[in-house]
Amino acid sequence: MPRRIVTGIQSVGHRVIDSIWRLGYASRFFLLTLIKSGTSLHRFTLVIRELYFTGVQSLIIILVSGLFVGMVLGLQGFETLQRYGAESAVGTMVALSLLRELGPVVSALLFASRAGSAITAEIGLMKATEQLAAMEMMAVDPIARVVAPRFWAGVISMPLLAALFSAIGIYGGYLVAVVLIGVDEGSFWSQMQSAVDFRYDVVNGIIKTCVFGVAVTAIAVFEGYDAAPTAEGVSGATTRTVVTSSLAILGLDFILTSFMFRGMG
Amino acid sequence: MQRATMDLWVGLFVMAGIGALLVLALKVGNLGTYSANDSYQVTGNFENIGGLKVRAPVKSAGVVVGRVTDIQFSTETYDALVIMNIDTRYKFPKDTFASILTSGLIGEQYIGLAAGGDEATLKDGDTIMKTNSALVLEEMIGKFLFNKASEGGSNENSGKN
Repeated sequence: MPRRIVTGIQSVGHRVIDSIWRLGYASRFFLLTLIKSGTSLHRFTLVIRELYFTGVQSLIIILVSGLFVGMVLGLQGFETLQRYGAESAVGTMVALSLLRELGPVVSALLFASRAGSAITAEIGLMKATEQLAAMEMMAVDPIARVVAPRFWAGVISMPLLAALFSAIGIYGGYLVAVVLIGVDEGSFWSQMQSAVDFRYDVVNGIIKTCVFGVAVTAIAVFEGYDAAPTAEGVSGATTRTVVTSSLAILGLDFILTSFMFRGMG
Repeated sequence: MQRATMDLWVGLFVMAGIGALLVLALKVGNLGTYSANDSYQVTGNFENIGGLKVRAPVKSAGVVVGRVTDIQFSTETYDALVIMNIDTRYKFPKDTFASILTSGLIGEQYIGLAAGGDEATLKDGDTIMKTNSALVLEEMIGKFLFNKASEGGSNENSGKN
């Protein structure tokens, strides 16, 4: 019996040490990516190619889900605000909840599962089929040639996708509240404009999405680069990317929100 | 895929993203209502500002003429110092009356300016002399209850506030 307890404690300790080791390795890898990103900024076509795969191909899912999230917000907001006779504030509610929270968070979650998993799978498969090793043989640095362009493409496309998500979500809320239900159009927009502050709401939302973009793509490229070079390893790495980056997004969102909107009216 | 087509799509994507940012800034946010005009700063001493916040609008006749930029507490007079920026397009007489009002029953608080009759106008750095504090609901209810109680005690005092 004591032997089982000892092995149990050993395995817990092993896991903790292993995860700390991985965290250190991931940080070193992240720094290395930043240092070696000079080439990808030099040869910007590499980044543009990745922008197509991570940004443009994520557009459909971002736009459609943004529209539906905005429409649901309009419907639910109207139902609740109507009880207090404040249904013209539905625009304010839709805009603030999209700009501050839902736009950055939901689009980052979608981005992690749509683009982050693809990045991990692609880099992981490159490693499994020894393409990365072949690059090193040809004196091409795989971090500069493969990892850095994907990282920067993700960092660039995330804020743009989140802005599109919020904008189309607000028009979705407009569609439901004004066109379908019949809230007054003038008060919908004017109450929204008087409540939404550019600096506090829009800029803070953009800062959030930039942080999420860095976190998601850094996790995705690291998991892909670190994947065990087998079919099983790649699938495990892809799952880890989605799980870890979703948790990172939600955790970071809490931290950022508590810094940004504390004591705000 | 051809590189040119890819470039085109990426260009469209970036343009759409920047367009969305512009929509958020101008149509949804208040950047469009920020005028490029200069503003001048005036200060008002209020006995009680209630729930007034920084960035609250300053209105005259219902039109937004400026914004509250800072709220401080003065240890000399034990008053609240409200610093507001008013658009230079709008000139107000020196004896303008500033009061803290509430839009609607549970709406946000703002500063209402009622113009006086003075010839001289407020300039940058001036202080508004005539102010009216915010109505604090608890105080009003307290006064009301006090009046009711004194009414019950002696009827001749009922008119007194």
